Amino acid sequence: MSSKTSEPQGPTSGDSDGKTDLKPTTEIDDVAIRFAGDSGDGMQLTGTKFTDETAMAGNDLSTFPDFPAEIRAPAGTMAGVSGFQIHFSSHDIHTPADRVDLLIAFNPAALRANLEDVRSQGMVVINSDAFTQKALTRAGYEEDPREELKTRYALVEIPLTRLNREALQGLSLSQREADRCKNFFALGLLCWLYCRPTEATERWLAGKFKGDVLQANLTTLRAGFAFGETTELFPVHYTIPSAKIEAGTYRNITGNSALAWGILAAGKQLSMPVFLGAYPITPASDVLHEVSRHHEFGIKTFQAEDEMAAVSSTIGAAFAGQLGVTISSGPGFILKQEALGLAVMVELPLVAINVQRAGPATGSPTKTEQGDLLAVLFGRHSQSPVPVLAASTPGDCFHIVLEAFHIATKYMTPVVVLSDGYLANSAEPWKIPDVDSLPRSTVNFAGRETMGADTEFEPYRRDPATLARPWAIPGTPGLEHRIGGLTKEDISGNVVYTAENHQRMVDLRAAKVARIAEDIPPLEVEGPDSGELLVIGWGGTRGAITAAVESAREDGLSVSQAYIRHLNPFPSNLKEVLTSFKHVLCPELNEGQLAMLLRSRFLVDVQSFSKVAGQPFKVQEIRERIDSFLTEKS
Amino acid sequence: MAAEVAPKLTRKDFVADQEVRWCPGCGDYSILANVQRVMPELGVPRENIVFISGIGCSSRFPYYMDTYGFHTIHGRAPAFATGAKAANPNLSVWVVTGDGDGLSIGGNHLLHTIRRNLDIQILLFNNQVYGLTKGQYSPTSALGMRSKSSPQGSIDHPVDPISYALGCGATFVARTIDVDAKHMQQVLKRAHDHKGTSFIEILQNCPVFNDGIWEDVEDRKTRAKNTLVLEHGEPLVFGSEGERKGILMQDGRPQVIDLADDDDPKERGVVIHDEKLETPSYASALATLTRPDFPLPVGVIREVEKTCYEELLEDQIKEAVDQKGAGDLHALLHSGDTWTVS
Repeated sequence: MSSKTSEPQGPTSGDSDGKTDLKPTTEIDDVAIRFAGDSGDGMQLTGTKFTDETAMAGNDLSTFPDFPAEIRAPAGTMAGVSGFQIHFSSHDIHTPADRVDLLIAFNPAALRANLEDVRSQGMVVINSDAFTQKALTRAGYEEDPREELKTRYALVEIPLTRLNREALQGLSLSQREADRCKNFFALGLLCWLYCRPTEATERWLAGKFKGDVLQANLTTLRAGFAFGETTELFPVHYTIPSAKIEAGTYRNITGNSALAWGILAAGKQLSMPVFLGAYPITPASDVLHEVSRHHEFGIKTFQAEDEMAAVSSTIGAAFAGQLGVTISSGPGFILKQEALGLAVMVELPLVAINVQRAGPATGSPTKTEQGDLLAVLFGRHSQSPVPVLAASTPGDCFHIVLEAFHIATKYMTPVVVLSDGYLANSAEPWKIPDVDSLPRSTVNFAGRETMGADTEFEPYRRDPATLARPWAIPGTPGLEHRIGGLTKEDISGNVVYTAENHQRMVDLRAAKVARIAEDIPPLEVEGPDSGELLVIGWGGTRGAITAAVESAREDGLSVSQAYIRHLNPFPSNLKEVLTSFKHVLCPELNEGQLAMLLRSRFLVDVQSFSKVAGQPFKVQEIRERIDSFLTEKS
Repeated sequence: MAAEVAPKLTRKDFVADQEVRWCPGCGDYSILANVQRVMPELGVPRENIVFISGIGCSSRFPYYMDTYGFHTIHGRAPAFATGAKAANPNLSVWVVTGDGDGLSIGGNHLLHTIRRNLDIQILLFNNQVYGLTKGQYSPTSALGMRSKSSPQGSIDHPVDPISYALGCGATFVARTIDVDAKHMQQVLKRAHDHKGTSFIEILQNCPVFNDGIWEDVEDRKTRAKNTLVLEHGEPLVFGSEGERKGILMQDGRPQVIDLADDDDPKERGVVIHDEKLETPSYASALATLTRPDFPLPVGVIREVEKTCYEELLEDQIKEAVDQKGAGDLHALLHSGDTWTVS
């Protein structure tokens, strides 16, 4: 980390009151901070607003919200701690950072739950008003940790509760209401500390609240900012120059918002109405919420009675000629497998999204995992091939939905899209794509006019290029036909049970999905095309793998990286890539599912690096594994 | 429904070219024939008709209808139908299910589809047994029924399909009998004309695993005595001439009285059938009438009006477009805070 300090100078940018900047600023290029408090303290909101300000300041950024599954766990307990981490930088970054430079803890439990992630000698800001004996006990501290902390961290004690109350004196708020605003005092303080503007937050507040509540939040936000300027607790504050990123218009986006917007975009790009059938489940529900806010796109949203009805209604809508999409997380996705098997059998297009979470069973609903890869590939009974795509960044979630719909409609098949809890809630700056540059395609329904006058309609006569069967929708005269789960005769679609036909249909469905490989770009290797070690991954671990591999290469190690977006079928050059390296390491947030697939498919000695802790990889974990791996093998 | 005039169709236009594979003597044959007979009279273009089924003997139905058809998975036909109808409200959607498919594995989907009141028809064939899996007791089987999976007698209390549908808030509930062609056709037409989810229980004989379960109401000789044919505005009178009886309500309980040939049932206090009562208590009381103390009600038990899901769904889209204009992808992607890097 490089830094340079400058002397006090003129008014800071964004200081609308024209006050003079009283303190020196230090320029740094990279910082990670974490907000932590009770789940009722508004940490996610505070983090999100700080993220917006940071984005407006032009930094690259990556966030990691980490919150409990309980809506309001008992206040002050470890179980109720909610955290929001943001990593921002003047250069390109790939992860929310392994360790934070600053932790702001609203109570002892938040301190205890998060302290181990603060770098040595990092800054720990605490709300000293919350450090009562009772709160310390609730958090599990046998004695007050503050004295000991001072030896390892730069501890800054701020009476946040009292300062906030004082700032809000004179407004007609109850003490309880006033206390609820203290997160904005902290936000104001941190905006000052890192020279963030506060306009976007003020604008957001003005749109969200009115009257005394608006006034209170604005007042405490500004009071927090001013407190930073005047208190002696912070001798300097920091600037982080804007990152040099590709020209364009940017916004922050989370994976879930991107999925939702991808769904809305699909209707536009394929010029077809969309039907979303879903049942609420963490962490996928936000996609349903976001899409439901945009009925002006003509999309029909259906909150079904359960996961089976969610997918079944979606297949029903696809049968009737709409773009069907269903969304859930692992426990819900598993309930959909039966119906997805039917969609494979009747060869109707739909997109099934699984925002994976830590399991098995209910597991840890708000924590991330990549444990469902083999389940989506092989978790239906019998031979039931489906294309599977996995998003690798929050912004990628947008594009992948569009691609999934193109594949689904071109090949007449259900397509599975994998995201995960980390991508779902993490934000990154996203270069907004030019709508005109997004892929478009046209869906042609079968019509009577495409057939001879006396010809019977043949629902399983395939397009020789794609092996797709025709999509003939109810309402089309002359194409009345029946589909269903029973084995169908090739071409005619009549129910038959002959051995020869059964084998042929199994083979045809497999060949159709395999053929999609022709539409998939070759796997790209980042770094040299061959060498000692290839680190290969998929999905939301991409950022951590990239950061680890880049750092290893900077240190002169022969390491390259590839990540697989298309998990079925694989890119056609995958074997060639794998065999160009002496060793292959596959980090995954599961017990080696992709590694198992690669080994069985290509007979390559892929070594798994597994973590199943409900948390994303730290860059350092992967870097250390790369180092130890190369040492072992040399 | 579609405005265009359908070409005159006949029953044959609805007969698919597939060999029907139900057991000889199965009640499903008669139901299929009556449905095929009614279809041309509905005024719906054939291409707009969709039959959707789950799993079981009854659920093979769509394969035999020359319309659009979808044989789906066990219990979930109402959910598939919901998606199809919501996607295209112009379709005339018919769900075919059975007592196992609809009330066992599919009970939940049936509940929620009925309460949403999509404008569809649900035909539940009730033979009180699992046929396709070869003879286990079903959710409508009588307590004590001996079957392959209940050799000592079933210890499940049965569910009554009509009471279930009423409990779900059904806006149209009716019952008919597989062999009573005329009655079934009337009921099917009424169901189609009703705007909302129409639930019809069709009593159906399984000659292989539960033969004769409905004999007293199927047999022409005993039918009049054992069924109460419901007509809106008409008194609850049953039995053949010379043995007429009526039903009246005493302290909220139904009671059978004998009627002389020249009795005016109204004057005797016999209940006048009213399908349109908003509160379901009367319909529920009818549903509790069981043999041998009471006749089995057949016909339309309840028909009331409620909004339909698919219409409200489209209304919300219109409302959103009116308020915000048609969705603009560029504007959506640029909504909220953005910044430009040059």
